[in-house]
Amino acid sequence: MAKVRPERQALRAHAALVYLFLYGPIAVLVVLSFNESGLPTAWTGFSTRWYAALAGAADIHRAVLNTLIVAVSATAVATILGTLLALGLERLKPRAWIDGLMFVPMIVPDIVLAIALLSFYTLLEMTLGLHSIIFSHIVFNIAFVAVVVRARLRNFDKSIVEASIDLGASEVGTFWRITLPVIAPGVIAGALIAFTLSIDEFVIAFFTAGAGPSSTTFPMLIYSMIRFGVTPEINAIATIVLFVSFTLILISQRINRPVANP
Amino acid sequence: MSAVIEMQGVSKRFGTAIALDAVSLTIRENEFYALLGPSGCGKTTLLRVLAGFETPDEGDVSLDGKDLLAIRPNRRPVNMMFQSYALFPHLNVFNNVAYGLRMDRVRGSELEARTRDALAMVQLDGLEGRRPNQLSGGQRQRVALARALVKRPRVLLLDEPLAALDKKLRGQMQMELKRLQHAVGITFIVVTHDQGEAMEMADRIALMRDGRNEQEGTPEELYERPASHFVADFIGDMNFFAGTRGADGVRLETGTILRGHGDAGAESPAWLAVRPEKLVIAQARPAHAEDNALEAEVVDISYSGQHLSVRLRVPEADALVLAKVDTADPNVAEIERGQTLWCCWPPSASRILPRESYSEVRENE
Repeated sequence: MAKVRPERQALRAHAALVYLFLYGPIAVLVVLSFNESGLPTAWTGFSTRWYAALAGAADIHRAVLNTLIVAVSATAVATILGTLLALGLERLKPRAWIDGLMFVPMIVPDIVLAIALLSFYTLLEMTLGLHSIIFSHIVFNIAFVAVVVRARLRNFDKSIVEASIDLGASEVGTFWRITLPVIAPGVIAGALIAFTLSIDEFVIAFFTAGAGPSSTTFPMLIYSMIRFGVTPEINAIATIVLFVSFTLILISQRINRPVANP
Repeated sequence: MSAVIEMQGVSKRFGTAIALDAVSLTIRENEFYALLGPSGCGKTTLLRVLAGFETPDEGDVSLDGKDLLAIRPNRRPVNMMFQSYALFPHLNVFNNVAYGLRMDRVRGSELEARTRDALAMVQLDGLEGRRPNQLSGGQRQRVALARALVKRPRVLLLDEPLAALDKKLRGQMQMELKRLQHAVGITFIVVTHDQGEAMEMADRIALMRDGRNEQEGTPEELYERPASHFVADFIGDMNFFAGTRGADGVRLETGTILRGHGDAGAESPAWLAVRPEKLVIAQARPAHAEDNALEAEVVDISYSGQHLSVRLRVPEADALVLAKVDTADPNVAEIERGQTLWCCWPPSASRILPRESYSEVRENE
């Protein structure tokens, strides 16, 4: 075997430390969620009892359902609006400030967006509830979907749209048969990112939710539980959320891999 | 032969830029027609007007006597082969070619048969299941061709169809396109910036410049009887001598008269143009008094198979001249750089063309 030079060894050690720092706490959390005793101090054996405990908790079921309602509706609406926004922007003369404006909901701190939305709803004298969380999530998700779809449109050969019309298709037919299938990987990736952001979003949901369990989302419930200390159930919940988010992001990256252009 | 397409005074502006300036032309049944010109001359805009992707500001276009501009682009009996080929990346070869038929609600065995016929016509049988990104450049070009031909349009528009191919393949495809055009009996209109390509393939050529149709004619007419300096310069190689139109030719500044044919007002600035292969190189001034003759010094000689390209400086006309002489010509064997010779040609081989503006002179230099 070739001898590894000391500089390279040092670089490897450094990389290992960085990854340990990034993933160490997460690994601890995942391991503890399977700890029989539930205590962070001592490992007493492997068990799935904390996951089983989750299955019996009605308030958790309610919160998970709420989160899914919010995430699915916000994703659906944001995907349609975000895709249309991206397609529309592509037709305009490229102007930096319009592109910049699209990024604003992504850059504005959550807390600022949360307060702004709450003030806005109050001004409209809107009753708060799950629907107001959905509206709020649509706002920032549109931006994420639009950015991902626009990136996809960058290698989109517009002459295929003309070719379709030239061959007898209508504008609407061309959208469904040509444009949408070609940009579909971008649209799906955008939707998955939106869904991922929505299921674990806390600050904006917390500010724009109504009172009571009817509009309590999953992250909000965890927050209320954590006020009495980190319980083993929370470790189990966090592990599940982690797994779902990881899977969705992996899928979206897989789908949206750039294809070799002909 | 009857007219398929007639254009009358078609103009198109993009902002302040004039893409088409009152273009009128007639394209006949079964013709291989080339729109030729440098980039920005309006040839692609003209093609896009026919396809329906651009609407002219003024003018009329008719196809088989009917107003083409009133028909929406997806209903025109015209199909286009795009320069980028514009193949649908998510559909395989079969579905790319079948697309136009499906839009016409052709179904079942007829769809199958007509698509396979089109693929066989361009020798792509067996590749039906491939995606565009699994094909070579030449194969993609054939798919684009089959897709545009499958609906049997009245007119096929081809936008720089050979530009993306390498040189050898381009030569083959020129022949192939001509063969196909004869086989299917459809009018082909091809846009190209390559005069060699247009000369090779087309029955007739419209040479365009700055949105105008500079000259229309067969390749032979454009080559032998160019109507302007621009046409003479764009098609093939041409030598130009600047002078003034006299009674029987062009008078150089030194007073020497070069004889030729062509229109130019008396005593107006004129060019005398002669093709390199029409020049004869001689050691002594020829006896034939009618012939034009200028003394010239050999600047450079290069061998290219069938002929020698000889560059000569003509002090009297203050011009560099290119002569293409047969390598078999015994006069040529002893030519050397720096040698002073006579450059001769018959008046029938030269054209007199109007010399319009200063910019044209600059262009020639």
